[in-house]
Amino acid sequence: MQDMVIMATELDLRGEVCPYTFVKTKLKLEELESGEELIVTFNHAPAVENVPRSLKNEGHKILGIEEKGDHLWKVRIRKA
Amino acid sequence: MLGGFSEEQIKRYSRHIILPEVGGKGQKKLLSSKVLCIGAGGLGAPIIEYLAAAGIGTLGIIDDDTVDLSNLQRQVIHGGNVGMHKVESAKQFVNNLNPDIQVNTYIERLNAQNVEDIFREYDIIVDGSDNFATRYLVNDACVILDKPLSHGSIYRFEGQVTTIIPHKGPCYRCLFEHAPPPGMVPSCQEAGVLGVLPGIIGVIQATEVVKYLLGIGELLVGRLIYYDALNMSFDEIKMRWNRECPVCGEKPKITSIQEEIYGESCRIW
Repeated sequence: MQDMVIMATELDLRGEVCPYTFVKTKLKLEELESGEELIVTFNHAPAVENVPRSLKNEGHKILGIEEKGDHLWKVRIRKA
Repeated sequence: MLGGFSEEQIKRYSRHIILPEVGGKGQKKLLSSKVLCIGAGGLGAPIIEYLAAAGIGTLGIIDDDTVDLSNLQRQVIHGGNVGMHKVESAKQFVNNLNPDIQVNTYIERLNAQNVEDIFREYDIIVDGSDNFATRYLVNDACVILDKPLSHGSIYRFEGQVTTIIPHKGPCYRCLFEHAPPPGMVPSCQEAGVLGVLPGIIGVIQATEVVKYLLGIGELLVGRLIYYDALNMSFDEIKMRWNRECPVCGEKPKITSIQEEIYGESCRIW
């Protein structure tokens, strides 16, 4: 079976701290359609825990959190 | 620009955007809303203060009075502006607090001639007036033009507040059909008022406006909150639509704004 390839929008939030990491992720998600995917890049460590938690509270799905090296993370989200 | 917001706006409204019930969409609704505040006095001050902070895009303010030193015991937006027109002082306050807000100023008294033209420009009306003539004029014009209305009034240590959505719930006249006769009610000047009282009532009114514009929560429709500062109690009085209401009843007697109904004799509070 072949995986469905879903194009993901990217958002670079390097340099952003909480709560703006979540605020900006949320604003970007509002521009997307339900089911679309968003990949957000953070370099603010607390965001890696806080943002996915807040997104789950709003019903979005966290598809994966990937560490991309020293203090760099990519979080993949599917919009509810 | 993310979601149509500038970096400054994202920061300014971040605590709204974080709320699931508001978000960027809700904040945009607020920024594109137009609210008219009747009076920039005791109730108007907190109403204007919080609506401006919340990012209500257009605020109309009508008042013909100037700032007096005796106002500053409760009218917290007019500091340093004794002698200035209250609407100008309010505009200055709003501009300093939130430059996103367009302020429309009306240095005049609301009356039967100007009420309809002014009200038509706004999504919701907030009554912060201090007299019965204006209160009934505002209520009737809102029913006739089908504009939502937040009503608030204060007296000594007591206040009342309700929200009127014409034809979906009772109006002010359903509860109080006519103003009390002249001389029955002492003026604010004679009666006095606890300085913090309008803060409580005005902020409840501002809360209702924001909820209405966002379409969230339960509005005070058909409910009147009666607040007693001395007891520190909030009582809720159920209000029912009155079939015989002269303005929103089945056979309304008041179907247009006629000057004689809102005469000088009513202007007693």
